[in-house]
Amino acid sequence: MTLLALPLQEQAVFVLAAMVLFTSFLLLAQTRLVTSIHTFAWQGGLVAAITALMAWSSDAPHLYLSAALTLGLKALLIPWMLHRLVRRVELDRHTESLAWPAATLLGGAGLVLFSYWVVLPIEHLELAATRNIVAISLSVVLLGMLLMVARRQIVQEVIGFMSIENGLFLGAVTTAHGMPLVVELGVAFDVLVAAILFGVFFLQIRESIESLDADRLDRLSEREPEA
Amino acid sequence: MNTGLLVLFQFLFFALAAPLLAGWVKRVKARLQNRRGTPLLQGYRELWKLMGKQALVPDTASPVYRIAPYVVFASTLLAAATLPVLGPRLPLASMADIIVLVGLLALGRFFLALAGMDVGTAFGGLGSSREMLISSLAEPAILMAVFTLTLTAHSTNLASVTDFLLHSAPALRPSFLFALMALLLVGIAETGRIPVDNPATHLELTMVHEAMILEYSGRHLALMEWAAQIKLLLYAVLLVNLFFPWGMDAQGTPTGTLVALTAVTFKLAVVGTALGVTESVLAKMRLFKVPLYLDMAFLLALLGLLSHVILEVGSR
Repeated sequence: MTLLALPLQEQAVFVLAAMVLFTSFLLLAQTRLVTSIHTFAWQGGLVAAITALMAWSSDAPHLYLSAALTLGLKALLIPWMLHRLVRRVELDRHTESLAWPAATLLGGAGLVLFSYWVVLPIEHLELAATRNIVAISLSVVLLGMLLMVARRQIVQEVIGFMSIENGLFLGAVTTAHGMPLVVELGVAFDVLVAAILFGVFFLQIRESIESLDADRLDRLSEREPEA
Repeated sequence: MNTGLLVLFQFLFFALAAPLLAGWVKRVKARLQNRRGTPLLQGYRELWKLMGKQALVPDTASPVYRIAPYVVFASTLLAAATLPVLGPRLPLASMADIIVLVGLLALGRFFLALAGMDVGTAFGGLGSSREMLISSLAEPAILMAVFTLTLTAHSTNLASVTDFLLHSAPALRPSFLFALMALLLVGIAETGRIPVDNPATHLELTMVHEAMILEYSGRHLALMEWAAQIKLLLYAVLLVNLFFPWGMDAQGTPTGTLVALTAVTFKLAVVGTALGVTESVLAKMRLFKVPLYLDMAFLLALLGLLSHVILEVGSR
């Protein structure tokens, strides 16, 4: 199955999927919090564009609704909420120094290779080419996990979590033409509620330890250990 | 066009159009700053003036210092002449290999760095060490990026790659997108343009290329600056002809050649304008941020290679 044998829409889907992967790497390399949120919004927008393209090319009108939902939630509402939150806890000029920037990026590339190796044996798919996009969406999921592991800043970890959801959604849309609408609505609201809850948690955590650094969450009791 | 003429054209094109492209970029930047700017032909006048001046050589200089400008200029021009400008029918096609091209550029850079250290001034050594830092990180990235192209075209020969691109059906290739972005980042770093180095300053904290050629004067300086301009043109031609091979001439008919020449001039003007605009918008970054920038380029190239393997070949 070579790329040239596919119609133009699916080639465009591939290009967009590759760009989603690229935004995952950008998130991994980005040190500025606000720029991270913007990158996350772009990732949501790209996933929405892929969904719309799939709806158009496979003539599945219900996917347009998913695309609109993704665009509204992942590209606009949640980034806006995160943005407002970051401004409220006065982290909008926050830059994080990465411990091992080059090693993290190379590790990310390793994860991409790993996920490709994992999906290689998959045979039964509606479209042979979609297997390659499954590799991409699995990489996006793993890169989101890597982001959560590599960062200390809680807002960054939430972005990692949300980008995992982006990866899962990408896989669902491209392999199975989306999930049933009820499931999709449920997941969308879960994500939204999660975003709201995270916001409440941020404020609580900040109030109790006066920082949003996850490395400082290593004590179980609020009292200082007795020396 | 017969082959001898074409060889001559290749060398003359790169030697003569290089100051024009540099002048064009300067002009775009001047217009964006609401200045009139220097005339487009100023680059030629400066080279001419420098050629006529006495070349001073410091007492401490060894022969390396004297031969370096010639080696740098010759290797850069030779590297440039292997690039297909008008079409894949290239007399130097047998040596127009991408690895040879990178090697020739590395030879020039090696002598440039040697010349910087030869006189023994502080600035020269500083510039050389910075240049080596940048190029040691940029070289793997550029090789990865071009390998992405060569995997698609099944050849490392630039002429056959161009030939393949001209004759294959148009397709949206994610790997090309990444390779293009990687080559853009690397090209900016290698030619010493703004986020990495500023060609218009002699500020000791920031200069890289200028620090190495600080001691040069007269015809030596002219050759060094000319070589830098040719390198800029080389990267511009590499980018436009590999990624946007529209209008290139496959047969070598007179009309085809004329069309190809117009097309390449237009594309280079667009690249020059884009370069001028980005240089006006961006600020130069700290030297210690450059490795991260080049890591990004390397990552893009790697992603290009991966997306070629994962998305385009599909291994069935």
